[in-house]
Amino acid sequence: MSTTTTASSNEAKLWGGGKSPFNVEYGKVMMWYFLMSDAFTFGAFLISYGTVRFSTNGWPDPNAVFRSFPFAPEGVHAPLVFVSIMTFILIISSVTMVLAVHAGHNMDKKGVVRNMILTIIGGIAFLSCQAWEWNHLFHEGAWWGMNPFLNADGTASSTNFTNFFFTITGFHGFHVFSGVVINIIMLIMTLTDKFEQRGHYNMIEKAGLYWHFVDLVWVFVFTIFYLL
Amino acid sequence: MSQSHNAHADHGTNDGSAIAEIKKVTIILSVFTIIELMLGFWMIGMPVGALRLAIKGIIVILMMAKAFYIVAYFMHLKHEVKNLIMTIVVPLLLFVWFITAFLWDGNSFKNLRNTYDRHFKEQSTIKVAPKEEEHGEKHTSDEKNEVPAEKH
Repeated sequence: MSTTTTASSNEAKLWGGGKSPFNVEYGKVMMWYFLMSDAFTFGAFLISYGTVRFSTNGWPDPNAVFRSFPFAPEGVHAPLVFVSIMTFILIISSVTMVLAVHAGHNMDKKGVVRNMILTIIGGIAFLSCQAWEWNHLFHEGAWWGMNPFLNADGTASSTNFTNFFFTITGFHGFHVFSGVVINIIMLIMTLTDKFEQRGHYNMIEKAGLYWHFVDLVWVFVFTIFYLL
Repeated sequence: MSQSHNAHADHGTNDGSAIAEIKKVTIILSVFTIIELMLGFWMIGMPVGALRLAIKGIIVILMMAKAFYIVAYFMHLKHEVKNLIMTIVVPLLLFVWFITAFLWDGNSFKNLRNTYDRHFKEQSTIKVAPKEEEHGEKHTSDEKNEVPAEKH
């Protein structure tokens, strides 16, 4: 090994230690690999949902199931409206996260604080929406092992529908929750000048990667459960 | 640590272009979502058929496009070193096989059951009386023994 490193050209040095071949910080590379493994977990969930759905003759119509809205009078159905609000909340909170990362590059503490607060508010708003929706579905009789909804063609439906819905949106909601906790920790660290002392805001970037991943997963969950 | 700061120097200095990129991606993501929702509203009540399937295909394409924009620009992957991009994107290509194989398998299982499992076939053709109430509380057609009384 030593002979190869000593007889080195410039390319050999790049991988010979002391220099990051990927030109990013170690923690960020590891965050990427963690997110990749998490993508496989979510992928396994969503693909098993797809497999079960493909192996069943009937499936409930999402527009007949997810059609309620907070404070809407009884009997008023608004399919897709509530979930589109949830989607936009998450997209906007992703944008404020990018702005926080950007402010971090410029060592702009004020900008980081402002955008992190907005991101946290977005995350909490999303979680509140999801809590309301779960509560509403539960009061309609839907839960793990209980499915009050019929298939789109009027035949009896199995509990696969609710089991997958609550498991996958629950797993995603748990990611949102942990993302909010991470963002709050980042905000506290920013406010206590931890990053100013370090001279860089790299931690904000890593929290940002995680937060964008949560948004990315919602793009898939939203499409697969509510639109398809 | 200093090197990772240098890596972003090229991106951080021209402040305007970075902000412009964020704005552009935000607009693209919003527009794609609005198109998805419009297609979703259009699909309400549409009978099963080729058109419905085509709309679903468009929605999936828009979903992939949104995923690309989030990963490439918000997660900044497009501006990383090529080797890093490859170590992340190449393993994810496994999903192509996963999705094809598992959906194919599910579909095949459905066909086999419809052919050989008469009970399964019958169960999926018997229509259940539609729910009479708004919230479907009493409606326990397929799980009579599971939910004896609604508990709140």
